[in-house]
Amino acid sequence: MISANLSAVFYLISGVLFILALRGLSSPETSRQGNFFGILGMIIAITVTFLSIGNFSSGFVYVLFFLLIGGLIGAFIAYKIPMTAMPELVAGFHSLVGLAAVFVAISAFLNPEAFNLGFPGEIKLGSLIEMSIGAAVGAITFSGSIIAFLKLQGIMSGSPITFKGQHPLNALILISIIVVTYLLCSTQSSNLFWILLAISFLIGFLLIIPIGGADMPVVISMLNSYSGWAAAGIGFTLENTALIITGALVGSSGAILSYIMCKGMNRSFFNVILGGFGATEQSLSSQNKEQKPVKSGNAEDAAFLMKNASSVIIVPGYGMAVAQAQHALREMVDTLKKNDIKVSYAIHPVAGRMPGHMNVLLAEANVPYDEVFELEEINNDFANADVAFVIGANDVTNPVAKTDPQSPIYGMPVLDVEKCKSVLFVKRSLSPGYAGIDNDLFYKENTLMLFADAKKMTEDITKNL
Amino acid sequence: MEIDPFIFRLSIFILSIFIGYYVVWSVTPSLHTPLMSVTNAISSVIIVGAIIAGLAGNYENIFNISSIFGFLAISLAAINIFGGFLVTQRMLAMYKKKKGKK
Repeated sequence: MISANLSAVFYLISGVLFILALRGLSSPETSRQGNFFGILGMIIAITVTFLSIGNFSSGFVYVLFFLLIGGLIGAFIAYKIPMTAMPELVAGFHSLVGLAAVFVAISAFLNPEAFNLGFPGEIKLGSLIEMSIGAAVGAITFSGSIIAFLKLQGIMSGSPITFKGQHPLNALILISIIVVTYLLCSTQSSNLFWILLAISFLIGFLLIIPIGGADMPVVISMLNSYSGWAAAGIGFTLENTALIITGALVGSSGAILSYIMCKGMNRSFFNVILGGFGATEQSLSSQNKEQKPVKSGNAEDAAFLMKNASSVIIVPGYGMAVAQAQHALREMVDTLKKNDIKVSYAIHPVAGRMPGHMNVLLAEANVPYDEVFELEEINNDFANADVAFVIGANDVTNPVAKTDPQSPIYGMPVLDVEKCKSVLFVKRSLSPGYAGIDNDLFYKENTLMLFADAKKMTEDITKNL
Repeated sequence: MEIDPFIFRLSIFILSIFIGYYVVWSVTPSLHTPLMSVTNAISSVIIVGAIIAGLAGNYENIFNISSIFGFLAISLAAINIFGGFLVTQRMLAMYKKKKGKK
């Protein structure tokens, strides 16, 4: 048994280690050390909790048992999961944090003595408020992440689900959450506690269903942020510094990522959250579809163009992830490099289904990270490059975002792919991208469309080089 | 008059938000996915609350409702802790520099 003061100091230390863990991610060289700090902080926090309770008799074995079960499942998932499935994994993990916060809040509500918060029916007011906030945000995180997970996994359709009166209904539920929390705090009724949880689960579900598949980078970041605020709410209840610090870190981290993602699409946060994007425009574009001439080619043409180039820029997108083409792509690039062709990669902030998704996939395929560039770093280089190889990306290259104020994606930062001498576009068909708008790039004089599966096409090109 | 301990916790909270703000802006965009998985792992420090709940039962009654929720929360958080840190480790191990260039 260690004193409350000493354990508070240790919790502070683990909080600081968590800060260092995030700090390490400022560059790939320091990142592994940062992860180590995070693990160390976690070990300290858990050990101190055991020592401060000092009760190693009755429940201890069970605690270890459940810890090990969870740990084994987690480790198994971590080793098995393919890198292309990272968005689903992260969404799934968010839901678990949310649910854990809900469970901790429930046990604190049912057994407040164990947490020093008073007695059932007479919980300290401050603690009850903190607990309710933690539980409500946790429940929203849980059900929201489940929907995000189902959409990413393809179990649920990625298209937005909207219905009449959706926004007034959501507003009504949000208001009732506040009312119920107020009533709960004044009456301490356990029925109200369960009602609060139920409507929070419901609103989490309703908030995410109208958001479409390609807005997932924002949704995932937002849920990341929520899971942080839920943890912070519980941290206040438990008067635990490590949890408060972590909750604040994670909460602001998720908020910043959502901001970066929204900026990458030139849309306001509220525009994304209110959802329904892409549902209306889709019908419009199918109406005025006219036959425009398109130049299509095969692997030999593409190989010929690239062989005669001196520099090539590769623009990967979600389609590369779907086709698992990252390894084939790197093999193609290796062959190009043997022919003394300069190759770099251009990554749009919202390429893929989560922030940094493409970078991880390229890293998995052994692409050195110093050949991979962000939009601002590389956008001026397109004008000097010979070939742009667009693989699985679409909307993020659409020049319409710069020229047509009527377009729904107008103002979105795009990669200036059209400035290259020639553009190779690997795509399965001419269908418009997620935003539902035609890409002018398809019909440009210097564009060669390669209609095929991304992986197969890349392999064929390599054979022809 | 004494200051309520809540105010101290609130101060820690607010200052940590600012630390988080500056630290996260310095994270390189190429590591945003590991950032998400590691924040996932560290927010599972909520396990400390779950452990308190799980150990709250007495001899006669280890599995009361409150501690059962605690045990479940321990497993959920443990999945996240192990899964989150290990998958981050796995990802970070893949980020390599160009060979021969220092």
